[in-house]
Amino acid sequence: MEMKERLKIPRQPMPEQDPQVRKRNFEEVPLGYTPEVAKAEALRCIQCKKPECVEGCPVEVDIPGFIALIAEGKFIDAARKIKQTNALPAVCGRVCPQEVQCEIRCVRGRKGEPVAIGRLERFVADYERAAGEVSIPKIETQTGKKIAIVGSGPSGLTVAGDLVQMGHDVTIFEALHAAGGVLVYGIPEFRLPKAIVASEVDYLKKLGVKIETSNVIGKVATVDELFAEGYDAVFLGTGAGLPSFMNIPGENLNGVYSANEYLTRSNLMKAYRFPEYDTPIVRGKNVAVIGGGNVAMDSARTAMRLGADHVYLVYRRSRQEMPARIEEIHHAEEEGIELHLLTNPIRYIGNDKGWVTGIECLRMELGEPDDSGRRRPVPIKGSEFVKDVDTVVVAIGAGSNPLVQSTTPGLDTNKWNYIIADEETGQTSREGVFAGGDIVTGAATVILAMGAGRKAARAIHKYVMSK
Amino acid sequence: MSAKILGKQQLSENVFKLVLDAPKIAKKRKAGQFVVLRIHEEGERIPLTIADADPAKGTLTIIFQVVGKSTAHLSGLEVGDSLLDLVGPMGKPTHVEKIGTVVCVGGGVGVAPVYPITQAMKNAGNYVISIIGARCKDLIIMEDEMKAVSDEIIVTTDDGSYGYHGFVSQALEEKYLMAGDKKIDLAVAVGPVPMMRALCDVTKKYNVPTVVSLNSIMVDATGMCGACRVTVGGKTRFVCVDGPEFDGHQVDFKELIDRQRIYLDQEKECYDHYCTCRQQGKGA
Ligand SMILES: Cc1cc2nc3c(=O)[nH]c(=O)nc-3n(C[C@H](O)[C@H](O)[C@H](O)COP(=O)(O)OP(=O)(O)OC[C@H]3O[C@@H](n4cnc5c(N)ncnc54)[C@H](O)[C@@H]3O)c2cc1C
Ligand SMILES: Cc1cc2nc3c(=O)[nH]c(=O)nc-3n(C[C@H](O)[C@H](O)[C@H](O)COP(=O)(O)OP(=O)(O)OC[C@H]3O[C@@H](n4cnc5c(N)ncnc54)[C@H](O)[C@@H]3O)c2cc1C
Ligand code: FES
Repeated sequence: MEMKERLKIPRQPMPEQDPQVRKRNFEEVPLGYTPEVAKAEALRCIQCKKPECVEGCPVEVDIPGFIALIAEGKFIDAARKIKQTNALPAVCGRVCPQEVQCEIRCVRGRKGEPVAIGRLERFVADYERAAGEVSIPKIETQTGKKIAIVGSGPSGLTVAGDLVQMGHDVTIFEALHAAGGVLVYGIPEFRLPKAIVASEVDYLKKLGVKIETSNVIGKVATVDELFAEGYDAVFLGTGAGLPSFMNIPGENLNGVYSANEYLTRSNLMKAYRFPEYDTPIVRGKNVAVIGGGNVAMDSARTAMRLGADHVYLVYRRSRQEMPARIEEIHHAEEEGIELHLLTNPIRYIGNDKGWVTGIECLRMELGEPDDSGRRRPVPIKGSEFVKDVDTVVVAIGAGSNPLVQSTTPGLDTNKWNYIIADEETGQTSREGVFAGGDIVTGAATVILAMGAGRKAARAIHKYVMSK
Repeated sequence: MSAKILGKQQLSENVFKLVLDAPKIAKKRKAGQFVVLRIHEEGERIPLTIADADPAKGTLTIIFQVVGKSTAHLSGLEVGDSLLDLVGPMGKPTHVEKIGTVVCVGGGVGVAPVYPITQAMKNAGNYVISIIGARCKDLIIMEDEMKAVSDEIIVTTDDGSYGYHGFVSQALEEKYLMAGDKKIDLAVAVGPVPMMRALCDVTKKYNVPTVVSLNSIMVDATGMCGACRVTVGGKTRFVCVDGPEFDGHQVDFKELIDRQRIYLDQEKECYDHYCTCRQQGKGA
C-alpha cells in the first residue's frame, strides 16, 4: 500500500462491552481486534528508520518489526518477535501504560493519533494462544546451576523464563496458592482475565520452571537455608504488598477494607462468585473508594460490579494529578463511578455493632508544589461534610512486606524497607542475592518489574557461571 | 503445597483431629504458630493452629471445631484424602523462657492451641498450672495430653458435669489469685474471645501479665491484606504477622468480636448451601 493511503487510515477503535452491561459483570471490557482491524491498524505504522517507540519501551520490544509482520498477516511470527524481548505480551498488551511509554513517542501521534501499539500486541498474543501455536523453544544444555526465585509476580516470572532458557534449574517459591503476584490477586478479571495469566505460567512450566506455591520464604525456609539446600543464587521479587492505611479514626470498622483485601477476596479467592466459591465479600450499596491510582480504579469498578448503587471515588488532589491511567478513569466514569476530587476523608463513623455508616471528609484546594512536583492539597477550613456509606476501600498505596528482609542478615534496605539493589544487575548487598521489581522500586508497573527481571537474569547467569 | 491426611480422630461431638503429612512445616514450626489451608479449588483459606508436630515423621497435627462450611467439609475428609494447599508455619512463635510459674488456660477447642504452648513452657523449666474448660464434660478435649505437660491441672465445666463448676476465669481467680499463696508470673489464654476477655479482666485485677492468642478473620496470613487487623494498645496490628499472641490487657476485644462477625450472614448462607448439597448427595 502506498504511504499516502496508509496515512489516511484512522486509528482503529477498540470494540468494548457496553458500559451499562459491563458494570454488572466481570467479563473483560475491551473485546479485542479482529485480524482485519489489526492489519488495518498495523498499516498505519510508517516503519520509521529510527523508531522512537522502541526507546519508550522499558524492554525494547522491536515494535516496527512485529507490526510489519501483522501487516503481512504473519500473526504468529509477530507474537514470536515480541516474545524475544517480552515474555508476557498478552499481559502487557492489556495493562501497560502505552500512552506514556511507546505510543507517546510514535511520530504518527504528532499529527493525529499514535499507532495502537498496545492493542496490536494484545491481538497477536491472543491470536497465538487461541491458535494453540505457542512454541516451546529448545533449551541449551543444562548448566547444573540451581536458582531460587522468591515471588511469582512479573519480575519473578521474567527471571525464571530467562534463566530456564539459559539452561539453569529454576524454582519459584510463591507465598500464595496461585502464581502471578499482583496479576492474580490484584488486577481484576475484567481487565486481565486470569486464564491468560494461568497460560503464561503454564508456558513457564513447560519450559521446565518448577513452581512451589504456598511457600513463604522467611517462614518455611530463609534465604540462607535456600543456599544451604544447594541453590547457587536467589532472586527476590516479593513486590510491594503491604497495605497502607491513613490512621484516621474508625479505620477498623466492619466494612472498611484495604484495597489489597478487597481485591484479593474478589480476584484470588473469587468472592464475586460466592456462594459457588466459599470466600465472602461485603457487597455494599454505597461504597467510598479512597485514592486516585489504578488500584483505586480497580476497587471502584469491582464495587460497582458487586452491585453497588453508588461508588464514590474520593481523591484529595485534582484530576490532573490522578496517577491512574486515563483510559481507566474514562472506563470508570462510563460505568457510573462518581469522582469526588479535592476531597479527603478525616474519619469513619460507625454504629454500635461496629459497622461503618458514614465517612466524614474535608474539601481541599491546591497549594504550592510538593516534593513530587504536584501541587500540595491543603484543607479548606470548615468544609467538613458527611456522606452515608456502608463500605469503604482504602487504596492509598502499598509498602514493602518485611518477611524476607527481616530474616536475611546483611541484606541492606532503604528507609522505607525496600531492598537496595543495583539498577543494572539487581545485585544486593548479599553475595548471590539479587532483587528487582516493586520490592526495589516501590509500587511501579508490570513492565518495569519485567525489565528489572530481565537485567537480573543476565547478571545471575554471569554470576553462577563464573562461580 | 498439598498435604495428605495420615490420621483422623474425633475428639468430641464437633471437634476433630487430623494428622497431616507436611515434613517441611513440621521441621520448622514452633509453639504458637499456625497453618493456613484450602481444601479444594472453590475453598476458603482457613487458619488453624499447629497443635503438635513430629519432625522425625514429618507430620503435623491440627485440631478444629466444626463451626461452618470449611470446618464441616474438613471434618468429612478421611485418611488418604489430600488438602489442596497447606502453608506455614505462619505467625510469630510464642515467646518462651523460664520465668517461674505459668498458668495456661484453654477454653473449648482453645485447648488445642494452648497445648503446644504449655508443652514449651514446661520444657523451658517453668512450673506449669493448666486450666482447661468447656460447656460440659463431653466437650472437654485433650485432658490427658495437658496433664502430661502440667504440674497442676484444673478442669472446669460451665454446667458442673465434670470438675470445677464454672468458667476458667472463675477457677483461676478463686483457686489461685484470691488465695495468693502462689505467685503467678504469667498467664497464657486461648479460647473464644469472650473467655479471653473475661480472663484478662481477672488477671488485670491481680496484675498478672497475660498473653492471649487471637483468632481474627484472615485471608492471606502473610501481612498483605489487613483482614486480620486488631487494635492493641491503641495501635493497629496484624494478627497474622505481628501475632497471633498479644498482651491481653491491651487488646480491644469489642472490636475483635465485631470484626469476627462481618460475614455472619454469608457464612450461614454458605453453610446452609453446603448442608443442602450434601443432603441431596451432590457433594459440595
Ligand atoms: C490493583 C493493582 C492494579 C495495577 N494495575 C497496573 C496496571 O494496569 N499496569 C501496570 O503496569 N501495573 C499495574 N499495577 C502494578 C503492578 O502490578 C506491579 O508493579 C507489579 O506486579 C510488580 O511486580 P513484582 O514482580 O515486583 O511483584 P508482585 O506482582 O507484587 O508479586 C510479588 C509476589 O511475591 C510473593 N511474595 C511476597 N513475599 C513472599 C515471600 N516471603 N515468599 C514467597 N513469596 C512471596 C507475593 O505473594 C506475590 O505473589 C497494579 C497493581 C495493583 C495492586
Ligand atoms: C491464628 C488462628 C488460629 C486458629 N486456630 C484454630 C484451631 O486450632 N482450631 C479451631 O477450631 N479453630 C481455629 N481458628 C479458627 C478457625 O480458623 C475458624 O473457625 C474457621 O476459619 C471457620 O471456618 P468455617 O468456614 O468452618 O466457618 P465460618 O462459617 O466461615 O465461620 C465461623 C466463624 O469463624 C471465624 N472465621 C471465618 N472465616 C475465618 C477465616 N478465614 N479466618 C479466621 N477465622 C474465620 C469467624 O469468626 C466466623 O464467624 C483459628 C483462627 C486463627 C486466626
Ligand atoms: S490475614 Fe491478610 S494481613 Fe493478616
